[in-house]
Amino acid sequence: MSHILPNKLREQAAEQLAALKGKELKPKDRLMIPLQEMPSQAPEKRIENMKEVALGYFEEQVKVEAARCLQCKNAPCVKGCPVAIDIPGFIKAAGEGDYEKSLGIIKKTSLLPAICGRVCPQESQCQLYCTVGKSLKNVEQSVSIGRIERFVADYARQQGKLSVPPCKADTGKKVAVIGSGPASITVAADLRKEGHRVTIFEAFHKPGGVMIYGIPEFRLPKEIVQEEIDTLSQMGCEIRRNFLVGRTRKLEDLLQKDGYDAVFIGTGAGLPKFMNIEGENLIGVFSANEYLTRVNLMKAYDKERSDTPIYNARVVAVLGGGNVAMDAARSALRMGAEKVHLLYRRTEVEMPARVEEVAHAKEEGILFHFLRSPVRILGNEADHVRALEVLEYQLGEPDESGRRRPVAVKGSEYQMPVDTVIVAVGNNSNPLIEKTTPGLETTKWGNIIADENGKTSMDRVYAAGDIVLGAATVILAMGEGRKAAAAINELLSNQ
Amino acid sequence: MNKIVYKKKLSDDVYRISFEARDIARERKPGQFLILQLDTDFGERIPLTIADADPEKGTVTIIFQTVGKTTHILATYNVGDSIANVLGPLGQPTHIEKLGTAICVGGGIGVAPLFPIAQALKQAGNKVVVIMGARSKELLVMEDEMRAIADELVICTDDGSYGRKALVTEPLKEYCEKDPKPDLAVAIGPPIMMKFCAETTRPFSIHTVVSLNTIMVDGTGMCGGCRVTVGGETKFVCVDGPEFDGHLVDFDNMMRRLGSYKKQEDEAHHQCHLDLKIKEMEK
Repeated sequence: MSHILPNKLREQAAEQLAALKGKELKPKDRLMIPLQEMPSQAPEKRIENMKEVALGYFEEQVKVEAARCLQCKNAPCVKGCPVAIDIPGFIKAAGEGDYEKSLGIIKKTSLLPAICGRVCPQESQCQLYCTVGKSLKNVEQSVSIGRIERFVADYARQQGKLSVPPCKADTGKKVAVIGSGPASITVAADLRKEGHRVTIFEAFHKPGGVMIYGIPEFRLPKEIVQEEIDTLSQMGCEIRRNFLVGRTRKLEDLLQKDGYDAVFIGTGAGLPKFMNIEGENLIGVFSANEYLTRVNLMKAYDKERSDTPIYNARVVAVLGGGNVAMDAARSALRMGAEKVHLLYRRTEVEMPARVEEVAHAKEEGILFHFLRSPVRILGNEADHVRALEVLEYQLGEPDESGRRRPVAVKGSEYQMPVDTVIVAVGNNSNPLIEKTTPGLETTKWGNIIADENGKTSMDRVYAAGDIVLGAATVILAMGEGRKAAAAINELLSNQ
Repeated sequence: MNKIVYKKKLSDDVYRISFEARDIARERKPGQFLILQLDTDFGERIPLTIADADPEKGTVTIIFQTVGKTTHILATYNVGDSIANVLGPLGQPTHIEKLGTAICVGGGIGVAPLFPIAQALKQAGNKVVVIMGARSKELLVMEDEMRAIADELVICTDDGSYGRKALVTEPLKEYCEKDPKPDLAVAIGPPIMMKFCAETTRPFSIHTVVSLNTIMVDGTGMCGGCRVTVGGETKFVCVDGPEFDGHLVDFDNMMRRLGSYKKQEDEAHHQCHLDLKIKEMEK
């Protein structure tokens, strides 16, 4: 995919739109309408700034893209959505230019459309089931549901039409929400609307969780996350920053001493996995969490003003194939690295990262090495990274997940000269709450055990999001959060 | 929030401050630390050990040395000023039990975090021997507090300006050679001091606890920047520590890792001195 200038995309869409005007479109006609590409900053420009890469559709593009939707009666896309948004409904409204109505339809089930429109892996959710993609035998040709979602959410923001949801009369019940990522934001909003008093406890100095410390500005502008947080404050949720439940106050004390009637745990998957290979504690080896936190939350990209230093990486190897790996690789490039390699154990098809992020990373010049895995990290006499020893793999028989298992090629080791290694092979859940809360049951991987309503082994304690699911997505965290909020509301209403 | 209620300059570059932090004052236990940040948008987060706390008044005391940009700016804060962000208490509390004789070795401002530990060991019924060291007399901190709780107190200075002219490892070795030997050693101070304390006690097989202060960002286990090698395994200082078995810590790797950002830190430090000077001149 080569980069097309945004204005060109707009012109094309305007022409296509004019051609569609007044026509009665049959499904066959709709399938002929070309997919609208996402306007984006030119690759050579954007690697020099932290601004958002994808610029969002033009209005003309939204109307053309919406016309591609077949408005299927059975709406297979809805089944692919973790929160079952009425997708044909909101697309129809958007196509008619009624963006307010469109957003209203989304907001019935999704609380964070501006965020999900940007970071959802649509190609493996709603768009995977889209009839258009199926008919054209290419999931990448599916209706761009996420891009339309993003447009209607941004439109309302730009028009200043974001409203603070009304909240019912005070019930006098108090809920503690631990963490301030997507699951917690959802629970806080839903419970506040029901009239309960909500306090959010965030360990960092800024709320927003992974959307603030992890996902970079160039993929999700922090302003958007901040607006969601501001909405919570305006609704009357109290946000206590610099408060680590488990250390600043035990979870049990919140219930027993501080008068909270229920607790929601949404602390996410925040414990970085390392590979346990030789040389991982050399200087120049970072978890993606650390690297991204320095760049994003601590604003190390603003070298003039930020006090947090960032390692002077010239040649980088990023290990992993998920969104976090893409974020780390692309951040390193923006921080001035000359060369960024990305190593993944399987092939491109199996990479869990969003297709758009992979495409963007390629355009920006990230060097992908598939079927490669690190063996050890080599250092110089001062313990600084000097090279990565890499082993080649081949695809063998399918494993339990159905994906073909990578098998090491004997004797294929070689050295790749690098000065920085960023490990992005996943996160475990942070064990702090589990360790400091006797009676809270977890799996052997440290995930909190919760039923389908988020209820944990402890009375009046609920959990959802990555702390239950393991590292997953914003939309899943939000969807599970809604269920937990409903269960908490029911508990509090029956008391 | 976090309003400073007490400030004292202890020496040229060492300060003692107390500030309001009700939750931390209530929950903190010996061995734990906190993270502070002076500017919510652009400040760095730095870990500092807790020297003392008053749960009644809801205040926490820290002793810090001006070594980088943040500590330099903090030193310019006065009573009534507030620290933007303080998170704590962090890390595992010290394991306190009655063992017999505990020998507590503190170097420089390492005496500050050592004090609550020594105090707790004393309260648990141990005989507490304190060895305090500093480059010179002016750099000794918390002598009075330590004297009040220690059964025996030895002071060493590098230049002989006060107490014995010796490194702390000298009296430590003498105590190790005594019969009965100490049951526990706790050493807190510069990494090199902790390393040599551990080497001193090793031949005597005296369990030696050290408290590590590494580079950190969040302090909650999220970044892994603080990782150290202990007994061949990777540990996070912020959640697994800050205390570890000194005989198992790879101090050489830890000290090198501490220098990861040395160039940037030196530049920031230099710039900070210039800025502070300009501010002073403007006054």
